[in-house]
Amino acid sequence: MRRRMPKSLLVGAAITLAVVAAALLSWAWTPYPAEQVRIIARLRPPGPQHWLGTDHFGRDTLSMILVGARNSLAVAASAVLLGAAAGVPLGLAAAAWGRWGDELVARLGDLLFAFPAVLTAMLLTAVLGPGGTNAVLALAVFNAAVLARVTRGAAQQAWRREFVRAALALGRGPLSATLAHVLPNIAGTVIVQATILFAVAILNEAALSYLGLGIQPPSPSWGRMLGDAQTFLFTAPLQAVFPGAAIALTVLGLNLLGDGLRDWLDPRER
Amino acid sequence: MLAFLARRLLTLALTAWLATLLIFALLQLVPGDPALLMLGTAARPDTLAALRAQMGLDEPLPLRYLGWLGGLLRGDLGTSVTYARPVAGLVAERMAVTLPLAALALLLSTALAVPLGLLAAARHRRAGDWAVAGFGRLGISVPSFWVGILLILLFSVKLGWFRAGGFPGWGAGAGPALMALLLPAAALAIPEAAILARVTRSALLDALREDYARTARAKGLSGAAVLLRHVLPNALAPVVTVLGLQAAFLVGGAVVVENVFTLPGLGRLLYQAVGQRDLIVVQGIVVILVILVVLANAAVDIAYAALDPRPKVA
Amino acid sequence: MPIRFPRLALAALLPAMMAVPAPAQEQPRSQQARTDLVLGMRLEPPHLDPTAGAAAAIDEVTYANLFEALTRIDADGKVVPGLAERWTVSGDGLTYRFTLREGARFHDGTAADSADVKFSLDRARAADSVNAQKAYFAAIDSVETPDPRTVVVKLSRPDGLFLFHMGTGDAAIVAPETAAANKQTPVGTGPFRFEGWTAGDRVVLVRNPDYDGPKPALERVTFRFIADPAAQVASLQAGDVDTFPQFDTYEALPQFKDDPRFTVTVGTSEGETILATNNGRKPFDDVRVRRALAHAIDPKMLIDGVLFGNGVAIGSHFPPHRDGYLDLTERYPYDVEKAKTLLAEAGYPDGFETVLKLPPPVYARRSGELIAAMLAEVGVRASIEPMEWAAWLEKVFRGKDYDLTVIAHTEPLDIDIYARPDYYFNYRSERFLALEEELNRTQDAARRKSLYGEQQKLLAEDAVNGFLFMLPVTTVQKAGVEGMWVNRPVQANDATAVRWKP
Repeated sequence: MRRRMPKSLLVGAAITLAVVAAALLSWAWTPYPAEQVRIIARLRPPGPQHWLGTDHFGRDTLSMILVGARNSLAVAASAVLLGAAAGVPLGLAAAAWGRWGDELVARLGDLLFAFPAVLTAMLLTAVLGPGGTNAVLALAVFNAAVLARVTRGAAQQAWRREFVRAALALGRGPLSATLAHVLPNIAGTVIVQATILFAVAILNEAALSYLGLGIQPPSPSWGRMLGDAQTFLFTAPLQAVFPGAAIALTVLGLNLLGDGLRDWLDPRER
Repeated sequence: MLAFLARRLLTLALTAWLATLLIFALLQLVPGDPALLMLGTAARPDTLAALRAQMGLDEPLPLRYLGWLGGLLRGDLGTSVTYARPVAGLVAERMAVTLPLAALALLLSTALAVPLGLLAAARHRRAGDWAVAGFGRLGISVPSFWVGILLILLFSVKLGWFRAGGFPGWGAGAGPALMALLLPAAALAIPEAAILARVTRSALLDALREDYARTARAKGLSGAAVLLRHVLPNALAPVVTVLGLQAAFLVGGAVVVENVFTLPGLGRLLYQAVGQRDLIVVQGIVVILVILVVLANAAVDIAYAALDPRPKVA
Repeated sequence: MPIRFPRLALAALLPAMMAVPAPAQEQPRSQQARTDLVLGMRLEPPHLDPTAGAAAAIDEVTYANLFEALTRIDADGKVVPGLAERWTVSGDGLTYRFTLREGARFHDGTAADSADVKFSLDRARAADSVNAQKAYFAAIDSVETPDPRTVVVKLSRPDGLFLFHMGTGDAAIVAPETAAANKQTPVGTGPFRFEGWTAGDRVVLVRNPDYDGPKPALERVTFRFIADPAAQVASLQAGDVDTFPQFDTYEALPQFKDDPRFTVTVGTSEGETILATNNGRKPFDDVRVRRALAHAIDPKMLIDGVLFGNGVAIGSHFPPHRDGYLDLTERYPYDVEKAKTLLAEAGYPDGFETVLKLPPPVYARRSGELIAAMLAEVGVRASIEPMEWAAWLEKVFRGKDYDLTVIAHTEPLDIDIYARPDYYFNYRSERFLALEEELNRTQDAARRKSLYGEQQKLLAEDAVNGFLFMLPVTTVQKAGVEGMWVNRPVQANDATAVRWKP
């Protein structure tokens, strides 16, 4: 059965693709080298030479935003993938092995959810030191907890379905039943959740970088650009607008994509 | 019901205890010596040792954990090593900023979201609905700290209506204090309102399809009256749930937004205490935040049961 | 059928909440000069006891205002009378006899006499002392109190800086009854006493009516803590803050210089800002590498980029405003090719990877970013690792686990740190040690000057660290304020001589 693709899916996919394209483009081309310092040209307003102006070291803002897209997407994607790698098997196991595993995952989830994600990340980066890799780890913890919970819920429902019961009755073990029947059945739910988490991860990475705990200079990051720009609100106000707009656009695209995917896979009106 | 409550309390206690253990263990791994930080580059080993003894940092780890836990049970959070004051007092002082901030943010977001939700439901599938949907999408996509920066840019830098940060204290009177909280609360409230508006809208639409709504309309009540008098109260349950679930996000957001506006709240204290390696303060705040979030979730359960006319126990 | 829907008057709600009166105070137009001052500071002190902490913010509130020490350091860095109105030093430099001001009182009304001085000095040098500058008191052998107004301090060895050190905040005189509570409710003998502390926002001091010395012109000094640069600028523009010493939002200085409502002063600090280099670690143990770095860094660009032009370059570890300064800024001109050649000679034709660890201050973070960019030009790939103070002190300063870092050394006349055996530079030079030893023995001013010169030359020759610039002291204030310090010989915001022009 083919369903019509929701508009949000198309728009979301288009925005996301554009951001990814910008990130890829930055490998090959940016108007200026993103890390090139030119003090003479600092805090320029947008103009023909620098379309989005320059920062306090005279670096080209557009170039920094392009490279920042790469960094932002890389951190967020790694954090989601790492979270999925830990969370999905955990959730599947919890659903497959019933009571005890279930209880354990639920309690672990309770514990982790009690800590706001930014707080967890702040404490972890205090332990590990700031930096891109550590930001990935810190954000992945939260993602793993969410994905474990979602996977567990979806998998439990799947276990109650007849074809899984039938497979078990036919002598399949829990592991084999999980791989053959449960996993394909819940993949859509997990992918939708992962897309939304991707968006959340972009936001959280930006918050960490804003606090100076994320990707480190000279490599540009949107959050840190905002942190730097806040110092120059009086002299170069627009510098505090562009990186935030880049974050908002990316997150908007991913959210639309997630919502659209959900509507497409499960067309009940919400 | 009693058994349910007891179980609920037990898990709550267990979660809180595990959180204390986790946070204590985690913080021992943080590099940096608070004594060295206080005494600076000219510190001599004997002074450092004296200060560490004074701070109680020379005791073995398990003893320190048990001492802290014992204090917690008696309601004693210990004494901050940097500020040389009881943590409870520090926290209470900062709570007087963070709680009003969170309350104001909740108030603002509800005040914004419920009318928007109503509008969207009333104008279902028409311009008003799309506009609200657009706001909803955009609202959850902007980082609250950026909203904060933009608000500063507009209202402090351009218009000069507000201070760009800081907090005059409640001693300066409720007016100036509320003024200082308004922008940060708005920064927190806008993304929050976006989520709430969406939830309100879909809850209202669900409720509109229920029989009683149709009956009320059939009796000749106007659409607006039906929406406000009959549908809204019934649609509140999911809205309250989401409000509660957002508590954790609100707390996390407050940590960042307090830093944007340099508000002396719990989040900023936490951020500074991490920097100062004032671990006992960090421990205390995190435990309190965790308990707040856990309690908020429990409160949601109860409120849900109370507000939802249909019998439904999770 | 469309549902009719009453418009909610949300829009009416917001203006109502904004109708609270604006915080900017309108000054009453009268001939009477103002007697209150709001002074902006970037960092809030953790507590207010200068004898138990190294945080500069403590002294920036309490020094000379709230607490007094035996002597006092004035705006020019000279030692002048403090709680002691006069003193004599014995010929061998071992016995100091201080005479205290008659009628000096603590803010709680008790007399400040020799017993309090003895208590304070003994407390600072006791075994369980937590004084951040315990070394200042190390030479003290005994403190005697022949009468309530006389204190006799005997030293075990001569100490040329003793009177200077006795004038620092670390040597503040406190009373035994109140010392333990000074962190929260400080009780001193100064012309201002503590009134209140709104955590995160302000500390308020008021004039001490019982002060026995000359009364300050101000009745009330409010120290406001504003960490955010944009908020600093806004608070000055809005008139919420009257004076902002150590205003480090340099990029905003031009707009204040152009504005007749404000005066801007740029003074000198004691802060030699350096690219501290681990001389004990490869490849920085090779002087050619260190010289290459010196050629690769353009101090002019740093001063421009970080301080927006408000700073002076240095060629060694010595401030230009001090006696004995030698201009060595031309020793390593900015020269990328020269740097590359030196690196190649040292065996690094393709440069190398290194880590630049940066403490929190803005000058350090921004300098670090620029230095990394400049080093990249000569093939040295420096990755930046920002650190909080706690981690920096433990890992870099104490643990010496670092390659490069940026830091301003703000203590006065601190070139002697290069003679310390265990210092974090890992620099060892017999010649420098010999010079330092001779310096300690020498009283003759001319000879001391030339010895300081030798030391500076040696440090520059060895290119021990990258010598970048002197950290400036910039003050932005309303045009009517006078009497604030322009320079900063010690960390302080001495408000005792501040007044408003009538």
